[in-house]
Amino acid sequence: MTELRSEAGHEHGAGPGEQAAPVLIGEHERELAARAARAAARGSKPTRIVAARTNVWRRFGELWRSRELFGFLVRKEIKVKYKNSFLGFLWSMLNPAMNLAVFYVLFTYFLPNGIPNFVIYMFSAILVWNLFLTAVLTGTSTIVNNGGIVKKVAFPREVLSFASVGSSFMFFLFQGIVLIAFMVVFWHRPAWADMWLLVPALASIVVLASALSVFLSAVNVYLRDTQHLVEVILNAWFWATPAIYRFSQAATELKRHHLLWVYFLDPVVPAVMTFQRVFYAVPVARSTVKPHALESMLATYGVHWYVFADLTVLGVSLILLLGALVVFGRLEGNFAEEL
Amino acid sequence: MAVAVDVVEVSKRFRLYQEKYQSLKERVLHIGRNPHEDFWALRDLSFEVNEGETVGVLGRNGSGKSTLLKCVSGILQPTEGRVVVRGNLAALLELGAGFQPELSGRDNIYLNASLLGLSTREVDRRFDEIVAFAELEQFIDNQVKFYSSGMFVRLGFAVAVNVDPDVLVVDEVLAVGDENFQRKCLARIKEFQDDGRTILFVTHSADLVRVICDRAVVLSSGTMLGMGPAAEAIRLYHDHLLEAGSAVDTGFAADAPHPEPASRPVRITGVELDHPGLGSRPYLLPHEALTVHIDYETAAGADNVIVAMEMHDRQGKLVFGSDNFVLDQPVDLPPGRGRVDLTFDRMPLLEGAYTVAVAIKSYLGVVYDLHEQEGFEVMNPGRARGSVALDMRIDVRAASLS
Repeated sequence: MTELRSEAGHEHGAGPGEQAAPVLIGEHERELAARAARAAARGSKPTRIVAARTNVWRRFGELWRSRELFGFLVRKEIKVKYKNSFLGFLWSMLNPAMNLAVFYVLFTYFLPNGIPNFVIYMFSAILVWNLFLTAVLTGTSTIVNNGGIVKKVAFPREVLSFASVGSSFMFFLFQGIVLIAFMVVFWHRPAWADMWLLVPALASIVVLASALSVFLSAVNVYLRDTQHLVEVILNAWFWATPAIYRFSQAATELKRHHLLWVYFLDPVVPAVMTFQRVFYAVPVARSTVKPHALESMLATYGVHWYVFADLTVLGVSLILLLGALVVFGRLEGNFAEEL
Repeated sequence: MAVAVDVVEVSKRFRLYQEKYQSLKERVLHIGRNPHEDFWALRDLSFEVNEGETVGVLGRNGSGKSTLLKCVSGILQPTEGRVVVRGNLAALLELGAGFQPELSGRDNIYLNASLLGLSTREVDRRFDEIVAFAELEQFIDNQVKFYSSGMFVRLGFAVAVNVDPDVLVVDEVLAVGDENFQRKCLARIKEFQDDGRTILFVTHSADLVRVICDRAVVLSSGTMLGMGPAAEAIRLYHDHLLEAGSAVDTGFAADAPHPEPASRPVRITGVELDHPGLGSRPYLLPHEALTVHIDYETAAGADNVIVAMEMHDRQGKLVFGSDNFVLDQPVDLPPGRGRVDLTFDRMPLLEGAYTVAVAIKSYLGVVYDLHEQEGFEVMNPGRARGSVALDMRIDVRAASLS
């Protein structure tokens, strides 16, 4: 590196213009000083450091400042999905509604499984599961899909992962309307008194999905087949939740081998069971297959168990989220070149 | 003076793989053998940009300019070293990056502005200004996918310059848009300078650097050739381009291929400016004569060459440019050394400092050699104002009352 100003005097001092130059430079420097003064007058400025390693807390600060961006990204997802059409979001409800109708016919007339109002039982589980599924699936591919922005604009990229969880949550709300509609049609009464249980259950699922989205979205940049792998795993994972079968069916079988605890290792299970408890709300009912037997439809645990289970998942998920953010921070540095 | 951007020993390494394994399956299959080469796009770069200063980054394609800007704006993290930025930074790396074609112009303004770090309240306040700047009043509620590319770029620029940054990072984006819009962009950048904002400006156009920048950094394959006042940096850049044997992209013969230094048919060995008062004063007086002596050397001789000169003022504006082709006067250079004189009998300049650039080219426009470091100054002894010495006469003719 050379400092040109000093060098210039020696080498090229021959030109007549060079000798008178100091006057002009002086003028120029005055102008620069004036500009710097104006810059200083604009008040204090935040300092940002771009380096291979950044402080975790600084990252959290930046993330917190991007909450408006989060809102815009969620809105964007929804608007793009519904192509700005007002009736667009009706289409997203039509699909689950159709599924429910088919399942109703199937499990009432052709494959009766003993669960009365099975559609409500199943959909209260599927509602939670779909929230988890779409959040993790869209979250995993979000950085790769938004490569155009990631490569050209500097912003906390985690926001993209959170935004896919956020927009999945909005779709969850739309689908909730379908569930409510079916409950009205079947005149199925939810457990009003336990409605508050939905809050810890949703919190646990949202935080868990966020942790996985943040982690997997970063990994997917480097290993592009992650999203396919995740899809396969989630497909199998679905059956580990009591959506199509009764909890007691699984529990009796597992208890015989002292393996019931394995069932509860699945962090989605408590939230699913909470939703069923609140919306299906029929602990014991007459089986539709064996007309004289009373069968337990839901787990027989008390409210405290649900709270405890949901909060445990929430706690673990928060730790996972923290870890995911740290991993994301490590991997983020090379996003722009990997995409 | 406070430092706005401090680049401290920044290096950036890219890994170049013969074949990039981007999936788990491939990584497992090729475990432990994934040959790659390290490529240092930036090597140990350090410089400071003061607050309120406009600094250009000059370099050829692949010299690391864009990587540097990405490191400064935080899109890439440097492998080593760090960049400290004081103040809000907005980067114009690609106009309209992040625009969603399905969304309306209005929605995109909000989304894009918040990507760049502007709050909704601020966007509300500036919304009309942004739309007016982009000249999109009628189309703001249309989906962006129906915009023409010009509209797209205008909207991108309008959002970016309204982000109210303390530090603005600009990457070649001024090359897009029509002339009218470019003028507007330049005017906006001047406004930014007057506000005391710091600008880091990447380009390979030396002319733009001359017009806009206070200082400039010259990059070559990731290392810094030098940093200095704009005019000096441009000279260094041109020297570097000549050494590298590539085209000079300003003034003379853009994109003209250039022979290697050793094989240059004609070399300029020196340029001198001569005027009658040279012995007693370093400056010219208006209407004085000026001669540009060009010393050349040619081993084989060169027939039918073009000897060209250009004169720029301090703002980088072309004041005069001509060559023997324009004068319809063929020039042949016999083998050996010699001198070509360009003579101006009367220099009708009143005041100012001017740089003189000369070049010797083949009649097809291939630049044989270029010399861009001479300058002269004109001092105005009188009280007339301006830069051109015009002769004005005043006559009073009284019409008699009859």
